[in-house]
Amino acid sequence: MRRLHILCVWIFLIPFTLLAESRPTREILEDLVLANSSQTQGLLDDLSQTGDAFVKEFVDSWRIGEVYLWETGEETLVLHKVSEAYHRVSTNELLDLDADEIAGLSKARPSRKLRKALKKITDTIDLVSPVESVRIDAVRKLGLSGNAAYLPVLEQRFEVEDSKKVSRAIEEVLLVHRLKNSEDSGESLETVKRLGEIRSFLAKESIENVLQMALADDNEELVLACKLSLRSINNRQTLVNQLGNLFRGLSLGSVLLMVSFGLAITFGLMGIINMAHGEFIAIGGYTCYIVQNLFASWFGVQSAAYQWFFIVSLPVSFLVAGVIGLGFEKAFIRFLYRRPLESLLATWGLSMVLQQVYRLVFGAANVQVYTPDFLMGSFEIGGASLSYTRLFVIGFALLIVVATWLLLTKTKLGLYIRAVMQNRQMAASLGIPVSRVNSMTFAFGCGLASLAGAVLSQIGNVGPSMGQAYIVDSFMVVVAGSVGNLLGAGISAMGIGVVDQFLQPTLGPVMGKITVFAVIILFLQWKPGGLFPTKSRSLED
Amino acid sequence: MKVFDTRFELAGFLAAAAVLLLLIPGLNAFVPEGSAMHVSGFQLSLWGKYVTYAVLAMSLNLLWGYTGLLCLCQSMFFALGGYAFGMYLMLMIGERGAYKSPLPDFMVFLGYQELPIHWVPFYNFWFATGAVLWVPGLAAFIFGFLAFRSRIKGVYFSILTQALTYAACLLFFRNDFTFGGNNGFTDFKEILGADINAVSTQRWLFVGSVLLMGATYILISWMLKTKFGKVQQAIRDSENRVRFSGYSTTHYKLLIFVLSAMIAGAAGAFYVPQVGIINPGEMTAAKSLDVVVWVALGGRGTKFGPIIGAVAVNLLKSYATRLYPDSWLIILGLIFILVVLFMPNGLVGLPEQIRGLFRKFRPASQPSLKETVEPSEA
Repeated sequence: MRRLHILCVWIFLIPFTLLAESRPTREILEDLVLANSSQTQGLLDDLSQTGDAFVKEFVDSWRIGEVYLWETGEETLVLHKVSEAYHRVSTNELLDLDADEIAGLSKARPSRKLRKALKKITDTIDLVSPVESVRIDAVRKLGLSGNAAYLPVLEQRFEVEDSKKVSRAIEEVLLVHRLKNSEDSGESLETVKRLGEIRSFLAKESIENVLQMALADDNEELVLACKLSLRSINNRQTLVNQLGNLFRGLSLGSVLLMVSFGLAITFGLMGIINMAHGEFIAIGGYTCYIVQNLFASWFGVQSAAYQWFFIVSLPVSFLVAGVIGLGFEKAFIRFLYRRPLESLLATWGLSMVLQQVYRLVFGAANVQVYTPDFLMGSFEIGGASLSYTRLFVIGFALLIVVATWLLLTKTKLGLYIRAVMQNRQMAASLGIPVSRVNSMTFAFGCGLASLAGAVLSQIGNVGPSMGQAYIVDSFMVVVAGSVGNLLGAGISAMGIGVVDQFLQPTLGPVMGKITVFAVIILFLQWKPGGLFPTKSRSLED
Repeated sequence: MKVFDTRFELAGFLAAAAVLLLLIPGLNAFVPEGSAMHVSGFQLSLWGKYVTYAVLAMSLNLLWGYTGLLCLCQSMFFALGGYAFGMYLMLMIGERGAYKSPLPDFMVFLGYQELPIHWVPFYNFWFATGAVLWVPGLAAFIFGFLAFRSRIKGVYFSILTQALTYAACLLFFRNDFTFGGNNGFTDFKEILGADINAVSTQRWLFVGSVLLMGATYILISWMLKTKFGKVQQAIRDSENRVRFSGYSTTHYKLLIFVLSAMIAGAAGAFYVPQVGIINPGEMTAAKSLDVVVWVALGGRGTKFGPIIGAVAVNLLKSYATRLYPDSWLIILGLIFILVVLFMPNGLVGLPEQIRGLFRKFRPASQPSLKETVEPSEA
């Protein structure tokens, strides 16, 4: 909870920090519009150091004539017209002007010389942005544009840059540029070697070109250097690709794990094949959607509180699906224990009904669930980018695993569940309320499915048949990992996820899936009971 | 050897044969159009479709009702048979397609220069007819061999067959699989030189479907009477006892699985020319589960139940989708739940169930009923 508080404060503070930095920029801009030609140079220098994205926006407006001068009599104000409303530039204060006053405004336009100077600033302003990733993007964009005019700017920046990542990016683009324009083979040799050392992906094409020329010229030393550099770059690239596959595989595995955990519990404990499991996933997705809309109408889309809808919807979706699951269990599923095939049919009927109900209530099209700001963006490690949503999925799956483990091993309900799983009759005769345990377990399984659905709303679509996409896979997970064995389900989910993602680049999504299926069938030839079969002397298990 | 259980059953079979083989085609052929008694060509192919569905349901009943294997890839076998026959029909279009090419339209569209090698034999009607049987049969053999060998049974078998259907469906959706991808096969022109849309052709297809249904019925009835059939039903009731008695249940199950796949394939082959289209939508797991509903509703493990169930659900479907398009799936789902909960013997067992309710006890002298009341998976 404490961490959540910190997060909340942090989210709340973002607008203020932005405001605090943007004030001086706005004042410089206002001064610049009013300045005479002798003052401009100093102001431009100041402006180029701000690194504020607002400069670009303002300069664009200025160029197209949406910046106005307003003579109030005492002083001249500079106004910025944003979607038909006038703001004072220096304070960002919204001014309410009547028609006469609007008619009295005069447009401000920068001079040709000033426009040129501004263009240079706006082009390079991202280089001084306070955000590291923006700087890196700007370096790549400028460096690879092939325009030599930007090189001095980059070199200047290299001198003052304190972020290692950005310095490396600058060095890389400068080297690539030098290699492209190099006339002298000695210089090329140096550059190629250095590019190989820093494993520059960007330089691959240029080095290949140099290699072709070196082969034509019979320059053995250069050929060797090129080949070595290419090899180290390729190795790194393969590594990064594999890392990406592994990461995507783990995140797919986490999704499968969340989906199949509930299934493994209900299936293992009660022998209920819940074909409507996918529809409980959809309940989670739709709960997210409803909570999001409620938050939007209570707090407004712009408010910081709105970002909380996703966090709030997680427990809500668990409860909603749990209660609904409990209702179904009481209504008819409890009549189907020990008749697994029939439970499969009845829950399939339930799945049809629920899907159609979703279609009637929410429409057949997918609904839009937004990603809260704190899950936007991605995290870069060694050239592979890991998106925050996927990291969140992996983390959340871990959390669920731990929570389920705690529930099963540290609580009374967990003890009962394990007892009923092992031997129903014996448990009943020892006074365990088997039917209540069944109800709670079914509700818990449905709640888990719904949690998975809520998380899926961040990486997939939310629609009436969203659960269908995962149901076949998660059944396979349960079968391959041994029914009722959570460790088995966890391992097989991760295994299936990772294998699937490693096969996909070469085989394509469909053949990848089919291959995974074939592998599972063959795996069951070797271990018919799955990864961790229950040891039992009973014949019918 | 006697095939029918009672004289009543024989009479019913003959009466049904007379109506379906003589009366309905006769009403179509000899009663003038516009007369109230006339059966239109549309009606004929509609009922022909129901008959093929009934055969499909019977093939599933052979597995589920009599062997205890709930197979969720029956619609895949059905579609495989349909595709095999559809290939012949596609080739018979010849140069009458939209692109005026001897290749099927979708191949021209996808840029094929010549017919893929595995398509060539399908110019021959008899090869295609054979493929209708052996393609699903082979698929069933390979999967069944692997599944039964590792003693996958009960629910696991259902889940794996469902996944198999899913995988096959994904495969057939691919354009480069040379089976028309998403759109499948359609726009057929002729079959054995006869116009496929002519009423007389539809009549013959209907008669063919009915004959297939009759033959399947007799085959299943006969099998149940043989020793093989007895072992089959014993496997359903207690597989381990059968195995301990020295029977290789794997071989029995494999043979029944393959046979059932072939019957489903044959039904698919009659389905395609009457409906005029086959696409991967026919081999989804949902379609397989539909077949299970038919069997469950009609009466699992009864000879006549699957036929009643298939026809009843599909009749209901064609009315309900017209009258309540929005809530049809809800109706079907509720039927499903209610049948499973309250009608374990389906429509066929309903009179007996009601009578039993009145008497408050079940007569002990009806073992056949008892078998279906208590399924073996417990």
